[in-house]
Amino acid sequence: MASNSSGSSSDRQRIAQQRLRIIAGHLQRPEDGDSAVLSAECKGQVSKTDEEKTVPKRRQEIMKWNGWGYSDTKFLFNKKGQAEFTGKRYRLSGMIIPGLKDWMEGTFGANLQHKSPATPVLTSSAVQPPTINEAFVEEVKSTGIPFSHDAEDRVFRAHGHCLHEVFALREGKIGRVPDMVIWPNCHNDVVKIVELACKHNVCLMPFGGGTSVSSALECPPEETRSIVSLDTSQMNRILWIDEKNLTAHVEAGIVGQDLERLLNESGYCTGHEPDSMEFSSLGGWVATRASGMKKNIYGNIEDLVIHIKMVTPQGVIEKSCQGPRMSTGPDIHHFILGSEGTLGVVTEVTMKIRPMPEYQKYGSVVFPNFEQGVACLREVAKQRCAPASIRLMDNEQFKFGHALKPQVSSIFTSFLDGLKKLYITKFKGFDQDRLCVATLLFEGNREKVLQHEKQVYDIAAKFGGLAAGEDNGQRGYMLTFVIAYLRDLGMDYYVIGESFETSVPWDRVLDICRNVKARITRECKDRGVQFPPLSTCRVTQTYDAGACVYFYFAFNYRGLSEPVHVYEQVEHAAREEILANGGSLSHHHGVGKLRKEWMRDTVSSVGMGMLKSVKDYVDPQNIFGNRNLL
Amino acid sequence: MAKEIATEMGSSVEEVREEATGILEEMSQNLQLGFIRLMGYTVSKMSKRLFSSINVNMEGLNRLQQAIQEHPVILMPNHRSYADFLVISYILFTYDIPVPVIAAGSPLAGMKMVGEILRRSGAFFIRRAIGSDKLYWAVLSEYVKTIVRTGFAPVEFYVEGLRSRTLKSLTPKLGMMHMVLEPYFKGEVFDVTLVPISISYDRVLEESLLAHELLGVPKPKESTTGLLKATKVLQEDYGSMHVNFGRPLSVRHLCQGKINRCQYNLIPRDLPQKPTAEAQACVSWLAHLVVRIQEEGSLISPWSLMACLFLQAPTTVLTEEGLLWQQLTEKTLWLRKLALDFGARLNWPEKIPDLDVMASSVALHRSIVQRKAGRVYLVREEEPAGKRPISAEEGAFRTAAAVLMMASYRNQCLHLFVRPAMVATAIHIAKTTQRDKIFPFFFFLQDLFANEFIFIPGKSSQDFEEACFFLKKCAAIDVSQQEVTVSDAGQEVLSFLRALLKPFIDTYQVVFRYLCEDGVHSFSEKQSLPAVRNLATKLILSGELYTYEALSSDTQKNVLSALRRLEIVTKSRVSEQNEFRVNKDAVRRIGDMLSGKIPPQPLHGPPGTRL
Repeated sequence: MASNSSGSSSDRQRIAQQRLRIIAGHLQRPEDGDSAVLSAECKGQVSKTDEEKTVPKRRQEIMKWNGWGYSDTKFLFNKKGQAEFTGKRYRLSGMIIPGLKDWMEGTFGANLQHKSPATPVLTSSAVQPPTINEAFVEEVKSTGIPFSHDAEDRVFRAHGHCLHEVFALREGKIGRVPDMVIWPNCHNDVVKIVELACKHNVCLMPFGGGTSVSSALECPPEETRSIVSLDTSQMNRILWIDEKNLTAHVEAGIVGQDLERLLNESGYCTGHEPDSMEFSSLGGWVATRASGMKKNIYGNIEDLVIHIKMVTPQGVIEKSCQGPRMSTGPDIHHFILGSEGTLGVVTEVTMKIRPMPEYQKYGSVVFPNFEQGVACLREVAKQRCAPASIRLMDNEQFKFGHALKPQVSSIFTSFLDGLKKLYITKFKGFDQDRLCVATLLFEGNREKVLQHEKQVYDIAAKFGGLAAGEDNGQRGYMLTFVIAYLRDLGMDYYVIGESFETSVPWDRVLDICRNVKARITRECKDRGVQFPPLSTCRVTQTYDAGACVYFYFAFNYRGLSEPVHVYEQVEHAAREEILANGGSLSHHHGVGKLRKEWMRDTVSSVGMGMLKSVKDYVDPQNIFGNRNLL
Repeated sequence: MAKEIATEMGSSVEEVREEATGILEEMSQNLQLGFIRLMGYTVSKMSKRLFSSINVNMEGLNRLQQAIQEHPVILMPNHRSYADFLVISYILFTYDIPVPVIAAGSPLAGMKMVGEILRRSGAFFIRRAIGSDKLYWAVLSEYVKTIVRTGFAPVEFYVEGLRSRTLKSLTPKLGMMHMVLEPYFKGEVFDVTLVPISISYDRVLEESLLAHELLGVPKPKESTTGLLKATKVLQEDYGSMHVNFGRPLSVRHLCQGKINRCQYNLIPRDLPQKPTAEAQACVSWLAHLVVRIQEEGSLISPWSLMACLFLQAPTTVLTEEGLLWQQLTEKTLWLRKLALDFGARLNWPEKIPDLDVMASSVALHRSIVQRKAGRVYLVREEEPAGKRPISAEEGAFRTAAAVLMMASYRNQCLHLFVRPAMVATAIHIAKTTQRDKIFPFFFFLQDLFANEFIFIPGKSSQDFEEACFFLKKCAAIDVSQQEVTVSDAGQEVLSFLRALLKPFIDTYQVVFRYLCEDGVHSFSEKQSLPAVRNLATKLILSGELYTYEALSSDTQKNVLSALRRLEIVTKSRVSEQNEFRVNKDAVRRIGDMLSGKIPPQPLHGPPGTRL
């Protein structure tokens, strides 16, 4: 066909251009020139590329010690009592969000007069002095790998972002923290560290991006050995890109945003975009079986990896070739994927890459109710025509998203918004308290995107869905990046909350959403929470046989003496409800220590035995002693 | 599902679909509000005529109204009379609560007009004895579950399965119960609310009909003409009717820790599955609990207390000499105090002098008793038209009919006394004060009589403690860690309680005796009942047996069910007429335990676990 030949000629042009770009890229960074080919060689002691990478060794230089994300970015109520998002990093940065105050007051019964401020600075005296294994430290010194015993450094690596972890930090309460932080620069450094750790019986806890929400980074209080946090953040180079096979070989400490940015410079992407991608690392994704928002096109992490190198106490585990699929017994990658740092440190990963999409388009659909929305998503999954991302928010979350609309600049847009609302609620008869919205992201070449878009909107129309514009869609996705900042704002005003997720067969999606939300509300009431909680969900991923469901849950804890305890009880009950309704223990957050108690029921006793025996063989001394999973 | 059955029966899927549609048509309700309005009018007219009042607990209704807004509600009334059927719908309609969809036996559907009337007032019909009809079962359970899931109307059904002929609660049936609970087990609804409803009648419309049925006179087929004939019933006074809406029960709350809902994760939820042992035990426990709550919620009438005492006098006294009115009234007042001690809900008007209350009770029940010259007599049915002298058997039969009618009214309050009565019996037969010897006997009695009275499975020790507590409260016994001693004042209470249980024990012994007779090897239910009746009649006439209640086919059937549950009687041939084989040694052993000749041993299986 004509279009075919013209397509291939334009393809050829495009490829040529990309090649040029990559070569140009290499030329611009002569100092990195050889590292792009010689993976085994380490970088110099002082990294020359620090300025382009996001994560410095001293995380405190740019990040909060007791909350989410960058120090310069946060929500606050300004002197006029209006919510404002500070900094310059996000689309929402520097904007006024007029609806947020009312929403917070209305939803939680929160009050701007009642503040619950955090401890402003970390006092080093609150941190236990380190337990030092002198012999180990001496030998590490001789290798020249940088390390630190500094209190701040250690506290930064002692927690993830579970509610109880952040809450304790805000109160200035510091529990057991690692005794030492070490920053290997390459695979070989890690090999040395693990050897020394085994020799001196030191406990190693790998640390990637620190975004865990499963208590995976919590130091086991019963651990008496010296705990060393192995921070992979300096192992952050793309070692090579193979354009013939569309793969890239990358050090596992690289964080998502750097990986995408660097690949983009060469015209490629991995397409793996978990909500935490600003801070979470490639190694962390592998260790927790992460899932990205655009998995419909690119796949989840297990679909993306071609080759993994992991350093264990028994030595290095890796495959001998890069064949795209093998029948060689159980896939050893699946011992590594989801091992949550209990077996070793992932150091290097070969991943699939794709040319950057030519065209991206956001979209959104409003449905009269959640039931219709789920039915539509199910149909989309059935026809296997899901866009790069499709998410369905329930009514509460729709209202939440609405409250985060920034102040509009012109009277005209606000007038338009009013008209739209009028159209949907009055003309189409949608009930404001029942309608829900699906956000969409299409990717690919322009023509196909438009065609695809039409197909999806046609299906949506069958379920009463109305297209609601690109803006709504885009705002929906932006929300996922700022929501973690919003939790910090809530905590300033007696509101605590968290998200958790599950995966569930299609026929149970509606039931699980209703039952878990109802359970949360009831448990809060039974435990003396004064105001009804925010209990909301969204369907974030579709699969052939089911979906991933995400719950948000937050409440105003004024009047409770032990808010975190209440919170934990409610979350526990919610998880029990999930399991009783046929949901999984986790779709992508992992088990960590938070959900360990349900592992046996989840994988059966024999399954537990299998996992245990692997652990016993690979790490008999329990060097990787974070005690996750098992 | 349709496909599966089709392959099993070797017919096409379409045929099965058609059949399923047929079943649905036969079954489904057709609730029409207009119709209900009309019915409302009729019912109110009729009930005004029949009953002097219908009493409803308003706080119960308010709670129900609240519950209906939250989760699917299942109304679970006890079943004592056909009148139950309409009265709840009528009450709900009057108080502006959604009218329920009611599960009814399919014979009712066969009645001309009436079937349609009931259908339009929200009844759906189920066949009795569904047995192994897979398709019917599947269609029915899907129908019920859909109603529960969508929650557009409360579902009402009788957990006892049928009308109690004896006014005693029946062992709950679990099929329907399972169907309404399954949507919760499978996560299709957040919760299901059960509302036990206790309906108590001062006088039951069908009293004499029921007594005759118990004596083996076949139940007239439900027909419209039959109903019209029954209108003569309308001319009589039936006192008051009491409807008590119990506290709504959250199934979610009750089932906590009793059922692991994950068991439904691995098989499609719409595929009919045999319930697991865990689910069955949970359903059975809940069903028993509901029946107990129905019992506790029912109102006990003065007449029921009087009936207890009346029946403890020898039958000849009742028919010939008459019972001294004064003696009866004094004893009734004594029993009233005991009942209150045991926590009874009594319907004893406070503003009226006690004597008048009792007198009017007797007057209301003039079909059974008659007060003449300071004495009270049992009224037997009038002589049949023929002049020929009646035989002894016929005489016994007539006496029995009256006794059984009386017994039904006694049964209305039996649930109150049965646990302490079992303790009293245990103390008496075990002839010991040692607590750890009395309890096994109590346990044995509960196990043996689990088909006769409602005991919540697995609650025996609690029941025992509670019974001891009540007996201690009325100063009948003294309880220590090891000992249970009878006080002097307690003799009166204990002997009354023992006498309450005696007719049942005697009847069981009669049936045991029949089963151990030489001629009996295997038998069918149809043969055995008349044979037992003959034996009992003979024993009564010879003066060996005192209680006419042994003639009640209900108790006889219960004995057989109990023995089947204990696997002493086993099914030997499955056909239209089930045949049974009996293990005589085991029967003899139980008989000996019951009479105290040998100490009680654990019977096979705990009570209530078998369905």
